[in-house]
Amino acid sequence: MSENRKSLIKLNSGLTRRSALKGLGAAAGLVAAPGFVRYGQAQSSEPIKIGFQCHRTGIGAAYGRWYERVTTAAAKRINDAGGINGRPLEIVIEDDGTDPKRGAEVVEKFANQHKVNLVYGTLFSHVVVGSAPAAGELKIPYYVVSEGYHVASGKMNRYCVQPGITDVKAQARSMAPWIAGNLGKKVTLVYPDYAFGHDHRDFFTPAIEEQGGQVVAKVPIPPTETSFTRYFPQIPRDTDVIYHVMVGPAVLTFVKEMGEFFGSGGPQLFGFIDSLEAVDMGSPGLEFLEGSHFWEGMPRYAQPDQPDYVTAYREAAGIDDNGASVNDAKDVSTAAHMFGCWETLNIVKASMEACDYKGPDDRAAMIEATEAMTEMEAGPDHPQGKKLFNGKIHQVFGEQSISQVKDGKLEVVHRTSIEDGAYEPEADYTAMSF
Amino acid sequence: MAFGPYFLLATLEGLVTAAVLSLIALGLSLVFGVMRVVNVAHGEFYMLGAVLAWWVASMFGGHPAIGFMVALVLSPLVVAAIAFVAERLVLSRLKYEPEATIVATIGLLYIIQQLALSFYGPEARPVEAPFHYRMQLPWFGYSAYKLAVIGFSIIMMLATWFVLTRTKIGLVMRATQFDRETAQAFGIPVGRVYAGVFALGAGLAAVAAVLIVPIQQAHYLMGHDPLLLSFIVVIIGGLGSLRGTVLAAVLIGLSDGIISMFFSPTLAKMLATLAVAMILVFRPQGLFGAAAR
Repeated sequence: MSENRKSLIKLNSGLTRRSALKGLGAAAGLVAAPGFVRYGQAQSSEPIKIGFQCHRTGIGAAYGRWYERVTTAAAKRINDAGGINGRPLEIVIEDDGTDPKRGAEVVEKFANQHKVNLVYGTLFSHVVVGSAPAAGELKIPYYVVSEGYHVASGKMNRYCVQPGITDVKAQARSMAPWIAGNLGKKVTLVYPDYAFGHDHRDFFTPAIEEQGGQVVAKVPIPPTETSFTRYFPQIPRDTDVIYHVMVGPAVLTFVKEMGEFFGSGGPQLFGFIDSLEAVDMGSPGLEFLEGSHFWEGMPRYAQPDQPDYVTAYREAAGIDDNGASVNDAKDVSTAAHMFGCWETLNIVKASMEACDYKGPDDRAAMIEATEAMTEMEAGPDHPQGKKLFNGKIHQVFGEQSISQVKDGKLEVVHRTSIEDGAYEPEADYTAMSF
Repeated sequence: MAFGPYFLLATLEGLVTAAVLSLIALGLSLVFGVMRVVNVAHGEFYMLGAVLAWWVASMFGGHPAIGFMVALVLSPLVVAAIAFVAERLVLSRLKYEPEATIVATIGLLYIIQQLALSFYGPEARPVEAPFHYRMQLPWFGYSAYKLAVIGFSIIMMLATWFVLTRTKIGLVMRATQFDRETAQAFGIPVGRVYAGVFALGAGLAAVAAVLIVPIQQAHYLMGHDPLLLSFIVVIIGGLGSLRGTVLAAVLIGLSDGIISMFFSPTLAKMLATLAVAMILVFRPQGLFGAAAR
């Protein structure tokens, strides 16, 4: 019976296992043969693929939109100048939904399906923390443009690097002296109740105490909250300064409700621009911010004394003098963070060229090349300003801007130095194995 | 701040929540009461109302009140029309079988959400309030618009009550709710009544959404929270009971405002869920619901 079946199949399909294997073998041989492989004759012309883990949807969407625009602009600039080691750069984008679980899946997809050389770009700390283990297991470099202390803390792995943007610990430390000196010493913190907000709480508190100030109250707000008025009574009457940092779609509501609650008679306000990123300063209810101060990684509004390379960067990124899209004045950028994409891609280029990167086998060498970096001069590759990279903690240190709201615009009033934010490293990635 | 002002603020915030919640829950309760359909997509009709409100309001220049008022009329009508079509195309063909309609409305939820993401995008966008007036109380300031939301919501509730109890439309709806077969035998077009009720329910959610966008913002994921809370309200109040829905909404809204201000928002949600469990154990038909026949 079984014999009959076998012969039937043979007759019907005309394809035996032996002939199928033969065919497959021949095809494999053809593919492996020199001259058949794409770019086989000159491997150097094959594009360098970079996987961009992008917050296209979810609560990080506004950042994702602008991270994508800046990434596209930076890649174009690199390609126009001859690419990396003479090879063009190709950006492959996957949406992570601003979701840690999807973030890890996206890293796997990049490594196994798109076969990219490295993964890059993500911002939200929970996505970085969720994705970094996958990058470590797959041994694929993971260049994040995030902000939390997660990378610098040493809790990620050797493949996870943050060379293009400063971390919260350094930002909070560099703000504290200015706040204590100019706004007041009794500070109430209002922050999102998860890792990013906790970094602000944990690092600003000792920093302001060093300046002789104190944190009089801490108001953590759950990340899913959409209304904030109910939290404001927790702010003590004797507060000099409210230090606020909120992220996600509810930021505008937060600032508006704070305005309704305090009016013009409240404490001084010092906000991290995250509370206003991608929000039009002309939005109704924001008038009360007039005179208050903000931290900005890079100024949103064009400043009168900005260098030519900043002007060039802004043009390439497609933002006008008000920091909005040149195509739509209502489409406000995430200027204080998105420069990190531009700078990180330039660092990727520099690292690949330093180790003469050929392909995935050189991934470890590429990480080592980045670790070996120290000073980065301000200029077309680093428009935000001069930076110092610490290879041990895979974290960069830089200058920050403090801006004041004047006539509905942000005007830089102070620029901190790299030393203001510098701190002793608590880890050493270079001692970890690949 | 002393206890008094604290309590005042918590109460105000709680009342705003209650006002909006009662409109959303009323829609859900009507649909279940008359049609016996658990509309899981109700939160998405609410979201759709907010997104359309942004779209309509952004087309009008001049005083923000113009755009807002047009949105307040247009957005619920469009949402109701969409719900009407969805009812005719999907729910009526499933013969309103409870299991089938739950699955169908879950599907509807995802379809509406993804369409909003595709056409509106992932951003949160504000709608300007029709007026800006900040009331300065001795201890804090409060938005006059938020108080107006409470007022408007009360008017809407009264209007719905009037329609349900004093008009022929209401009579027909109640007859359908009471006994579908007998109503049909008396010549009531049950199918059309159902579609109308479904549209009305979605429209009420959309009205709530238009009222809320100047306070919060329109976002494609905003449908989750009110859905959960309005289910809680409907279960506590009793399905299909207008009185129960309003009372439960005020109860949940106030407890949410007060507990989350004095203790924590998580505790407020926990207590609301606990209340649902207690109601289901001791009075499964809800505070004002009629026992199952």
